[in-house]
Amino acid sequence: MSGHIAPKSLYYWIFFALMIGTLLTVVVAKFDLGPLNNIVMLTIACTKALLVILFFMHVRWSTRLTWVVAASGFVWLIIMFGITMSDYMSRGWVAGSLR
Amino acid sequence: MSDAGAEHYPGPLHTPPVHEEPGVAGHPPHHPQLRHHFDDMDQQAEASTLGMWVFLVTEIMFFGGLFLAYLVYRSAYSTGFQEASNHLNVYWGAANTIVLIVSSLTMALAVRAAQTSAPPKTQVGWIVATMVLGAAFLGVKVVEYTDKFTHHLVPGANFQWTGEHPEAAEIFYSLYFCMTGLHALHMIIGLGIMTVIAIMAWRRQFDASYYTPVEVSGLYWHFVDIVWIFLFPLLYLIGFHYH
Repeated sequence: MSGHIAPKSLYYWIFFALMIGTLLTVVVAKFDLGPLNNIVMLTIACTKALLVILFFMHVRWSTRLTWVVAASGFVWLIIMFGITMSDYMSRGWVAGSLR
Repeated sequence: MSDAGAEHYPGPLHTPPVHEEPGVAGHPPHHPQLRHHFDDMDQQAEASTLGMWVFLVTEIMFFGGLFLAYLVYRSAYSTGFQEASNHLNVYWGAANTIVLIVSSLTMALAVRAAQTSAPPKTQVGWIVATMVLGAAFLGVKVVEYTDKFTHHLVPGANFQWTGEHPEAAEIFYSLYFCMTGLHALHMIIGLGIMTVIAIMAWRRQFDASYYTPVEVSGLYWHFVDIVWIFLFPLLYLIGFHYH
């Protein structure tokens, strides 16, 4: 089997980055930034998830097919969130429609 | 059959690999872990990894439904959710986040140990370290759940909330228990998988030529870590600055 073998130092760096992300998200949550809190929180979480997927889960060195399948999970998720929220958020926009 | 595009094709998949030495008639020698419907170990590993990713996509949608419910109710009761979240202990949550990230590191190192044909002791060591951290996570979860039970924060007849938004708080805690409960169930299943993997590693089943079970179980473990990476801020941190 010829899977890519990443150097240990890379794994330690990713771990370090994940720790910094965790610290940052806790510190930022202490301050009330209004809607910006959610944006910062989710940006950090997505970045952390991306680091885990690309390096710990070896997707960085996987075939294109694995890339497509992994990405498709998030595409379907966005479709589910997008269509559902477009319903919930637009209720009552048309006069006489159910609220 | 058409030959269109044949010049780009890496090679015919149906041609069996050439074996150096002839073995028993119709059964040429090969790696003991190679199943006969695969051409070689790389193709077999690729198929397993891809299969695991397809499963993980279904898992993304499984948890995705709960995240969607969270999004719908939080957009409806944003202040109530903040008030409810404020009761969760951020420090237990952060400690568990760190525990899971360390366990992901040890998992990655376990896979690497198998990839580099490290001795079974090293492989089992990293796997057991991952399991110990997973168990520590569940231990913290037990402490937290106990706290919720003693403070009447479990949704149902005995739910009590002294704040301004009891209905929203009950919805929040319903989602809290569903999401962290499903996540904890995945951790428990992960511990079962890792027990099997540790035994296989101890029996010297993994080396550079074959480590797919460690690799694929690692994908599962990292996935469960990623779910927590989202659960922690969405459940624990939204009320951190609430007064």
